[in-house]
Formats: sequence, structure tokens, C-alpha cells
Amino acid sequence: MLPCATCHGKEGRAAPDGYYPRIAGKPAGYLLNQLRNFRDGRRHYGLMVAMVDPLSDTYLQEIANHFAALELPYAAPLPAQTGRAELLRGEALVRQGDAARQLPACVACHGSRLTGMLPHVPGLLGLPRDYLNSQLGAWKTGQRRAHAPDCMAQVVRRLSDDDISAITGWLAAQAVPADARPVPAPAVRPASLGAFSCGSAPELGAAAP
Amino acid sequence: MKRWALACIAVAGVLCCAVLLVWALGVRDPADLSAGSAQAAASPQQLAQGAYLARAGNCMACHTRRGGDPYAGGRPIATPFGTVFTSNLTPDGATGLGHWSAADFWRAMHHGRSRDGRLLLPAFPYTSFTQVTREDSDALFVYLRSLPAVAQPNPPHALRWPYGSQWALAIWRALYFRPGTFEPQPGRSAPWNRGAYLVRGLGHCNACHASRNALGASGDALDLEGGQIPMQGWYAPSLLRVNEAGVADWNAVEVLQLLQTGVSPRGSALGPMAEVVLHSTQHLAREDLLAMTAYLQALPVAAYRVTEEGKAPARSSEAGTRLYGRHCADCHGENGVGVAGAYPALAGNRAVRMTNAANLVQVVLRGGFAPATAGNPRPFGMPPFQIVLTDSEVAAVLTHIRSAWGNRAGEVTELDVARLRGGAPR
Repeated sequence: MLPCATCHGKEGRAAPDGYYPRIAGKPAGYLLNQLRNFRDGRRHYGLMVAMVDPLSDTYLQEIANHFAALELPYAAPLPAQTGRAELLRGEALVRQGDAARQLPACVACHGSRLTGMLPHVPGLLGLPRDYLNSQLGAWKTGQRRAHAPDCMAQVVRRLSDDDISAITGWLAAQAVPADARPVPAPAVRPASLGAFSCGSAPELGAAAP
Repeated sequence: MKRWALACIAVAGVLCCAVLLVWALGVRDPADLSAGSAQAAASPQQLAQGAYLARAGNCMACHTRRGGDPYAGGRPIATPFGTVFTSNLTPDGATGLGHWSAADFWRAMHHGRSRDGRLLLPAFPYTSFTQVTREDSDALFVYLRSLPAVAQPNPPHALRWPYGSQWALAIWRALYFRPGTFEPQPGRSAPWNRGAYLVRGLGHCNACHASRNALGASGDALDLEGGQIPMQGWYAPSLLRVNEAGVADWNAVEVLQLLQTGVSPRGSALGPMAEVVLHSTQHLAREDLLAMTAYLQALPVAAYRVTEEGKAPARSSEAGTRLYGRHCADCHGENGVGVAGAYPALAGNRAVRMTNAANLVQVVLRGGFAPATAGNPRPFGMPPFQIVLTDSEVAAVLTHIRSAWGNRAGEVTELDVARLRGGAPR
């Protein structure tokens, strides 16, 4: 696990001012999906690709399990870099989405406390804003992909650049709650998901025909 | 007759001869297109043999794009002449080998020509595969026919003019390619002959372990002198030199271990070779690996090369020593002795002392793992230092380890590092 620590911090807890995301405590299914995405060309970052290329699925699963099992306290977030109006707009999009645009709320899948949902949906707090911006941007351009059908890509395509800026500004300013564990998957599919279905998180179910 | 007329006739004559020669050597096709053994119903043994041979040739590694269907092609291969896209080998009619016969396939393997007679690009290593027997070619074809058909059109190659043109290929073939047949040598043992067949033929080891000239041609199948792998920034060390990747002075079991598990007491497979072990050699039968070992151990041993021309012997600096203590000594030890089975010793390590330092730079910049194999499922990884160390720091720490603890190799310069940092990792 030492090679991971170079960028993702000792114990997988990246610093809030860096570009690299934290990996500790994220759901194992999500982490495994990402490791395989780098290997299979759905995500592109040379250093990650070079490292996962010669590894087996079994070993990648073990690495994912290791970091998923870590529970670490988090440093306080950096102060918000955005104005109050934009913060409010970001929070509204995160918590309520926008029904008029058939835009589901982030919390519908990423958990009411945004700490992720087992076993495949990552938490959104404790991540640097630069990282959040670049991931949403990469989804928008098709540079980052998830397993098809790629629900996240469909959601991001409905976001304007201003929406993304408001959302990441608010997310990056939130403290990680003391209990940062992902919540269990819901028994009933969240209604706000509408027609979206996720290849990377099949437990969220397919839309009713 | 006027003198200019004579000159014209002479020039025309030379041109005609050149065209005839190119035609005779590069275009003429004496392929045996008889049906071969694959036309008869394929037996389960033939299918299993084909699947095994596909591993031995590591066909899937190139003929599968990242995350794509196995053998459906489409993987970009960067070459100094542009990008080549591998082809779809699944039995789809429109986009794969669906309409091919075993004889067509044999012609591609043995003569480097497509079903329609087009000359194939030598990025497909038919210069090695020409050694493969008709029987093995037929078995491979039977296996490829058994795969699920995937409709995936082959992307057009993006080669600069004139490299992809048929006449350029004809000239290239006239210069560098002769169809060959593997002839067992009666004076050698059966394992040596089997090993020679695998290493020179399907294994296409000299696609990397030989240098290539300006037109991308490597020497014959016996050339395993090592060379820079085009576009990848890795050096495939010489299999003839005991201070590079030669194994003449290894125990046969150590060679077997390396090919089977990716690690051995004498060294590990990293970079491109890690992928070869992962996808190919770890799946081969012990007898075949021992045969390859027998062949590799019997290769003629070439003389030592110590320092590259124009390179000063490494001299450690204060900065190099300090950086080593801070970033490397925790695992590799203050005295470079490492920890057996986990962190390789750097003192006396031939990968550290090798003349060409490209692989060292790659490993420090990008880190890396040996392959996760059945025999070594949890390889230890080296962290990447690309974002931690500057070019001059990487050069200083590598120059330090190349001069410390009795190591005597050439210095690594900031420019060496900068060149490799610029190249995109695969």
C-alpha cells in the first residue's frame, strides 16, 4: 500500500489542498471499480494506469478492501472560496436537485450525509475542490467514464459550468462528519432518480419500464 | 548512339532490376494455400492447443483495446512512423476473420499477407511468426474461430507517408523479411530446440530484446542483443550479456521462477516484461518454460559493456546521498542491501548497474509493481516519485545508487530524466 500513500497521503487521507482524492473509507466496490476503470481505459491518469496494469482483480479487490476499512478523522475543510449566493445555490442543488431539469439531488445516491452509499457510491466530502471540478469536467467531456449505463455522465451533462462551480464550492467547504462511514443501500429505489440507471452501482436498480 | 541515350538505358535497366528484385523478395507470394488441417472438424485437443499457443504468442495483449472485448483489436500501438491499430481477430464476418480460411491465416503468419493479398505492417511480428509451423498456425486459427464474434471495425492506421503504403512495405520486405521455417538442430537437445522454437517464433522475444534500425527492422531471430523499445521509454536488456538480462550464470530454477511468477532471487519483471509474464509466460507449461530456459542459457555470451560512450562514471553527491536517506533507505536499507523477498537489494543489482539507465528512471518516476501472478499474488510495489522529486533530484539519487556500495556504473544526468519524464507512460 506504500505506493498509494505517495499521492493519497499516509493511510489514504489526502491533504485538502492537493489534487489527489482521499481513498480511505470510501466503499470497497467504488474503489475497485475505479482501479479497474484505470486499467480498462475508462479513467486516464498515467501513474495510476502504470501501477494497476500488472495487477490481478483479486489483488485490486484486496487493496480496495484495505482502504475501505479505514476510519480516519478528517482535517477541517478550507474556508469557502465562493460567495454566499453561490454557496446557497450549490447546497440546494446538492440537497434537492432540480426537478424541473430532471436533475436528481446528489444526496439521492451519495447518501443524506454525503458519506457515500454501500457498496459502490463514493462519499463527496473531504475532497479538494480542484479534484471535484476536474472530475465533473472530465465526465462532461467524456474523459472520465463509469460502467455503462453511465448515470453520472447523464447527470453531469445536465449541469452548466456555473452549476458545477456552485456544487463543488459548497461540497469542498463542508466538514466531514464524525461518522464518515457510507450508509447502506436503500431498500427502495429513490424516486428522484427518475429514468437514470447505473452500470457502476447496479443496486440502485434500473428505472421501472 | 549518343552518350545520354546509353545513360538512359543504363538507368532504366538498373530501375527494372530494382523493381524486379523488390517484386521477387517483397511481393511474390509462394504461399501454400492448401486447406491444411483446420478444415477438418476441429478436435478438442486442437482447440486447447490453439488456446495455449495464443498465450505463448501473447496475441491478446495487442489485439485487445483497454476494456474492450478480447481479441477484437482496436488497440493503438505507437510507433516512430505513426500509430498502428491492431485488428479484430474474432470470427465476425464483416470486421473480423469470419471469412478467413486456415490457409489465409497461415499466409498472414508465415508470409505477412492479409486475406486479400495486401502486405501487412511488420508491427504484426510476422518476422518471428514465420517460424511457426503450419500445424500450430492451424490450431491457433481453430481457437480464434471458437471466440465469440465481435462486430468491431478496425480503425484505420494513422501512419505518416509513405510508411503504410504497399510499395514501401514491399521494399521493406525485400530488405528485411524472408519467410522462414524453424529447422530443429540435430546436435541440440529436444528442450533446446523446443525453447528455440518458442523464443524465436510465437514468443517474438526479439520484437523488444533487439535493437531496431531507422526503418524499424531488427536483426534476425537470433538477435537478442537488447534495445530501446520504441516509443515506450523502456530498454529491453540484452539476453546475451550476463550484466544485463542474460541468464547463462543463473540457476535454471531461477529463470523458471522469473517467467512463472514475475519474481526471482536474481531479479523481477517490471514494465513491459511484467505484462509479458502476466498475460503470457505464467500460463505456459513448466516443460516449455524449462525449454525456453535451456535455450536462453545456451545463448552465446557477449562481452561486458560498462559505461555508455560519453558518460562519466557515477560519482555520488551530497544531494544524492541525502535524497537516498530520505526517500529510499527505509525499504532498500542504508547500505542498499534491501530485504529479501520484499525490497530488492541495490548493491550489486545488475538492473541498477546496467549501462542503459532508462528502466531505473522509469521505475523511480512511475513506480511500479511486478505482475500479480498465481505464484506471487501480492507483489510489493515501488512508489512513484514523479510528483515528489525534480529531474535533477532523480538524477542525483540514481547517480548515488550507481556509485555506492561497490556499484560502478555511469552517471544519470538531468537530461536523461527529462527525456523520459516527457514521454507519456503507456
